[in-house]
Parts: sequence; C-alpha cells; structure tokens
Amino acid sequence: MGDWSGYIGLILQGALVTAKLTVMGTALALVMAFTAGLARLAPFAPLRWLARAYVEFFRGTSIFVQLFWVYFVLPFAGVSLSPLQAGVMALGLNVGAYGAEVVRGAVLSVPRDQYEACIAVNLSRFQRMRHVILPQALPLMLPTFCNNAIELLKGTAVVSLISLSDMTFQAQVVRAQTGSTLIPFATILVLYFAMSLLIAGGMRWLERRVTRGLDGVRP
Amino acid sequence: MAEPIIRFDNIRKSFGTLTVLDGLSFDVMPGEKLALIGPSGSGKTTILRILMTLENISGGHIEVCGEQLYHMQKAGREVPADEAHLHKMRRHIGMVFQHFNLFPHKCVLDNITLAPILTKGEPRAEAEKRGMALLDMVGLADKARAMPSQLSGGQKQRVAIARALALQPRIMLFDEVTSALDPELVEEVLAVMKRLADETDMTMLLVTHEMGFAHEFADRVLFFDRGHIIEQGPPDRIFTSPTHERTQTFLRKIIAAGHRV
Ligand SMILES: Nc1ncnc2c1ncn2[C@@H]1O[C@H](COP(=O)(O)OP(=O)(O)OP(=O)(O)O)[C@@H](O)[C@H]1O
Ligand SMILES: [Mg+2]
Repeated sequence: MGDWSGYIGLILQGALVTAKLTVMGTALALVMAFTAGLARLAPFAPLRWLARAYVEFFRGTSIFVQLFWVYFVLPFAGVSLSPLQAGVMALGLNVGAYGAEVVRGAVLSVPRDQYEACIAVNLSRFQRMRHVILPQALPLMLPTFCNNAIELLKGTAVVSLISLSDMTFQAQVVRAQTGSTLIPFATILVLYFAMSLLIAGGMRWLERRVTRGLDGVRP
Repeated sequence: MAEPIIRFDNIRKSFGTLTVLDGLSFDVMPGEKLALIGPSGSGKTTILRILMTLENISGGHIEVCGEQLYHMQKAGREVPADEAHLHKMRRHIGMVFQHFNLFPHKCVLDNITLAPILTKGEPRAEAEKRGMALLDMVGLADKARAMPSQLSGGQKQRVAIARALALQPRIMLFDEVTSALDPELVEEVLAVMKRLADETDMTMLLVTHEMGFAHEFADRVLFFDRGHIIEQGPPDRIFTSPTHERTQTFLRKIIAAGHRV
C-alpha cells in the first residue's frame, strides 16, 4: 500500500485525458452533426450524397477500425496526428455521423406549416433555418445528443489502443503495477459515472433553456 | 383602365394523376376584393397556394404586378423562375392560413417584426413601433409579449393577420381563416378583415364558407366547381339570383347546413 495516492494521481491524470477527449470529441461531433445533418437536406444533390456517404460509412464501420485508420494509415497519406488528435478525430467523426441523423430527423419533424409560414413572410432559406426551424428542432435533438455524448465518453476507452493514456489505460497500468484489480477499476467506474452525470445534468440545463420559450413563458 | 394586378392565364395544376386546375384563366384588378367560393375539393386553396408559391404550377402563366410569377427572361428566352425571382415576387403577396401558423417560439410582437427586420432590413425599433400599431389595429396591443400558446384561436388569427400586414404586401390571401375557430371567436376576426377591406386599397382574395361574410366583403364572387369558374359576379347577384344550377345547389346546401347568407 502506501503508494496509493501516487496511483490515484495516475488515474486522475488519465481522467483529465478522458475529459479532454470527451469535450473535444463532442465539439467535433456537434460540428459534424449539424454540417452533415443539414447537408443531407440541402437542395444541391451532390452535397446530399456526400453527407449520406459520410453518415453511412461512419455508422457502418466500427470506431475501433476508424481509430486505427486515422492513427496508423493516414500518416501514409502524409497526415500525421498526435494520439490525442487522432482520438478526437475518430470519436468526433463517428459520433457526428449518428448526430447527423438526429439533426436531420429533428429538422424534418418541424411541421410543414412552419416552412409555409416562412415562405409567406418571404424569409430566405437560410433565415428560415436559422430563425424558425432550428430553434424548434433543437429541443427535439437534445435528449438524443445527451445519449450520444455519453456514448462518446464511454467510447474514449478505445484510444488506449493507440497508447493514449486515458483513464482506462491508466487503470490498466495501476493494475499491472499493484496487482489489484478492484481498486483501480472501482475508481474509474465512479469517475466515468460522475462524468456521465455531469453531461446529463448539463444537457438538462440546456434543455430547460431552449424550451423555455415554447412553454408559453417569454425567455 | 388599369392593368390587372393578378392574371391567371390557362393555368393547369396536377397532383400526380389528379388534375385539379385545367386551363383556368381569370384577372384581378388592383384593389379588388374577391371571394372564392365553391364545394370542397374545387381547387380554391390550390389557387391561393399557387399564388403564394407554396405549390408549383403544371402549365400556363401567372402575372403578378406586371411580372411573370413562375417564369423569367434569361438571354431573351423564357425559363422557369429561380428562387431569387420567387423571393422578389413574394414581396407583393401575403397570406393568412387556416391554422394561423404562428412561430410558437416567438412572442407575438417578434412574430410580427421578424420578417420586416430580416427581409427588409428595417431597424428593430421601427419594426416594433409599426408592429405595435398593427397590434393596436387588431385589438391586441396588450398581448405584444405573450407567446402564441397563451392566445385563443381568434387572437392567434388576428396576430397572423398583423404579421402578414407588417410586410405591406399589395395582395393578401385569406384561406378559410375562421374555419378552425370556435363560433364565438369568428366575429372578432371577421371584424378585423372587414375593416381592412373597407379601409385599404390592398387587393384581397378570400376563400371562405362564410357566405354572409363573403357577401359583405367582396366586390366580386367567383363560384368554382372542379377547378372551373362556373359563375361570377357581384355578391348581390350571385347570392340572390345565381343563374347557374350548380351555384344554386351549392348555396342551398350551405344554407341547409346552417351558414348564414
Ligand atoms: N398536396 C396535394 N396532393 C394531392 N392532392 C392534393 C394536394 N393538395 C390538394 N389536393 C387535391 O386537390 C383538390 C383541390 O384541393 P383544394 O384544397 O384546392 O380544394 P378546396 O377548394 O380548397 O377545398 P376545401 O373547401 O375542402 O378547402 C382536392 O381534390 C385535393 O384532394
Ligand atoms: Mg381549402
């Protein structure tokens, strides 16, 4: 024993890496979700096909394989990424593909009436989306986005495969050095759970904010 | 004599294999108040939706304010209108819908000012001042900050009318604007529309099953059946001595159903 504080310190360092991956991966996933989700509804067909190809490809292949490609194969094409960059990219692109479908579905579920009202008051396509459709679609996306973000958090563990010392990786290290499985894995269990609670709490707060206007009270 | 502000020329409209309008032609003069009546499915809504560019045409030409609505000139040739052309033409036209279609996430005043601010670049303060004046006109000045979900149907519809007016279109389209309302709320909306008809020189097309109101409102009544104008004329004549048998049958049925004429 004795050294446990050092080992816990290692795990906390890993927790920081996991948190970084989650935050940056989610940010990239959000950008990809909106870009590809809206592109799938674009009037310009090649844009729709491109977005469709992205979504199908990243949903249809595993995050594990995608990570290897990003980290080990891209360098042959002249793109060398640090393990952190590769992890963020694989996670963001993967979860973004699921998010794109959420964006698309939510936008499509805004009633036709609203599009027609926009045309009747002569809003442009962009203004329609920005001021009328997306504000109503956003509350519909948030619960699923919350699930996606938690999935992404759990997915971060795969980056230990490209020797990035995230929380799971550090727990393995501690286990190897101490021979104890229970303590390191109980610690990361609690930490993963705490992080996902944090995500869920943040989403609930956001949801309250964006739906406030729709409940009948002026924001 | 002035030029027509709207000119339907041989308009055809099909939904798949169903042809709703087949060679429809009619003109509307500036400032005219037109009532479109006729049995369900006769194409009245379709005509308004075509004018609002919510529905494309299958054939023919429409002129609005002296310009082609669905066509434009390119290198001396006539081509289908693009989005930019439609955007330009829509400035002339406003529409009020049966189900109001207010923006539920915006308060009453923002519903009205959104489009003037975005599409005309009106400064917010000015747009709000005009918006308040419009709300005052429809009797809802005290609801400026309410959300649509807090309003009754009649109030929603009056907001929708103010929203359409805020863009100052030359042509206003009303599609059965009272038929989704509880009977006791109909009157307040009709009163607003009657005032508009009396006090402005806007051209108005009204689709309605309220024959009594059509009578008071319109300069000219068009009776449609299966996409064709069967009979048209001043309301006094159409409602008291229709010459066509189908018009007579239609009006008799409406009276029997309890609508006032
Ligand atoms: N989007 C559509 N797809 C297919 N058919 C349609 C569509 N819109 C209208 N129709 C058909 O076109 C015909 C005319 O419809 P329209 O709504 O113009 O009639 P209307 O005169 O307004 O009737 P009502 O008095 O019931 O409102 C109807 O037979 C209707 O079923
Ligand atoms: Mg109709």
